[in-house]
Amino acid sequence: MALTAYAAAQTRNLFAVVILSGIFSLLAAVLYVVLNAVDVAFTEAAVGAGISTLLMLATLSLTTDKERAKHQIKIIPLSIVSVTGLLLIFGTLDMPFYGDPNAPTNLHVAPLYISDSMKQTGIPNIVTSVLASYRGYDTFGEVVVIFTAGIGVLALLGHGRNRTRPGKNRNVNLEDENRIS
Amino acid sequence: MTRHSILRITAKFMIPYILLFALYVQFHGDFGPGGGFQAGVIFASGFILYGLIFGIENARRVLPARVTRVLLAVGVLLFGGTGVISFFFGHNFLDYSVLLKNSVSGQHLGIFLVELGVGITVSATMITIFYVFASQDK
Amino acid sequence: MAFPGLLNYWIVIILMMIGFYIVIAQGNLIKKIVGLNIFQVSVFIFYISIGKVTGGSAPIINDNIEIYSNPLPHVLILTAIVVGVATTALGLAMIVRIKDAYHTIESDEIDDIESAEKEV
Repeated sequence: MALTAYAAAQTRNLFAVVILSGIFSLLAAVLYVVLNAVDVAFTEAAVGAGISTLLMLATLSLTTDKERAKHQIKIIPLSIVSVTGLLLIFGTLDMPFYGDPNAPTNLHVAPLYISDSMKQTGIPNIVTSVLASYRGYDTFGEVVVIFTAGIGVLALLGHGRNRTRPGKNRNVNLEDENRIS
Repeated sequence: MTRHSILRITAKFMIPYILLFALYVQFHGDFGPGGGFQAGVIFASGFILYGLIFGIENARRVLPARVTRVLLAVGVLLFGGTGVISFFFGHNFLDYSVLLKNSVSGQHLGIFLVELGVGITVSATMITIFYVFASQDK
Repeated sequence: MAFPGLLNYWIVIILMMIGFYIVIAQGNLIKKIVGLNIFQVSVFIFYISIGKVTGGSAPIINDNIEIYSNPLPHVLILTAIVVGVATTALGLAMIVRIKDAYHTIESDEIDDIESAEKEV
């Protein structure tokens, strides 16, 4: 997975980058199954590998799939990233071990959900009952966010938009001739 | 796209099953993995496959963009409305126990309605976004 | 119990930093979006791996199963994935508009155009 991510960082052809990100999502989905999160894996496989790759390809066909040739390792971002990474790794030293049943996350409300879900909602899939019932407010918020994003895309790309910004004449530089599709 | 007969025939074969699977995921989400979010995405991807293979005009004929925009709002309203109903019984927002006499089946009904709202919103959003992106002329 | 230890966090951090590097070091806007996605997935893996319980099963009630993984992170991430794709679509829509307006999707070229406009 890290290899795919690294390749996505290095590749210059944007088409390949998008396909790599799709592969990355699929690997993530496999990882979720290993971690017992079947619902999440399901979603990731459908969303990450399907819809989001498709949308990126659509964007590529509307813009360009060539990244300008220019690649040197940049020192400042690299050092920022390394320092942040090291600090984060230092931070993990206090974290509970992987799979620890006594980790604080697993002690707070989760046992309540697991033991009461069947009695209170009659639904065996705890993820569904927590999603729709115990955490209904959260889910409502998420649905509204999705709704708003849909409206936003409509507003940005919907009908009757101008092809260029009004009042500005700009020389069209024609490097976008090499489009895919 | 008229030349790619393999794609067309395979897609024709697959699309009903994808849509059926989406409905299964939607309504079986209470018992197995699945639920509104996944079902919405799968339904939308089945539809987007149709749009890709048979052309965006045909897809629009099956499900006009107007309808998806209405469905976008209907999903959110179904979710919110389910929550508001419980106000009338003197309970908190999104407290489904009061929807039916028996609190457990009330919860069940509430979760069903909410998941349906989620599924409608998600699939309508995805299809709308697809329409918008696909109908951009270069 | 020694083997996986803290390894899951480290994998998450490596992925997260790759995503972070793409976002801050690459000029191409579509690549920035891909970088954000990688970052996002690393956070998802972080949450899910926190919820994992050794010997646990997927959180679907069955009489034969005693231990379940923590369902709460699953719920949070499930919704976050779908919200993530919706916001990604919004970002891509913005890129299409930027391409229309500036005829480029490289952020430094956009900066050049902007500063050239200010001078005029």
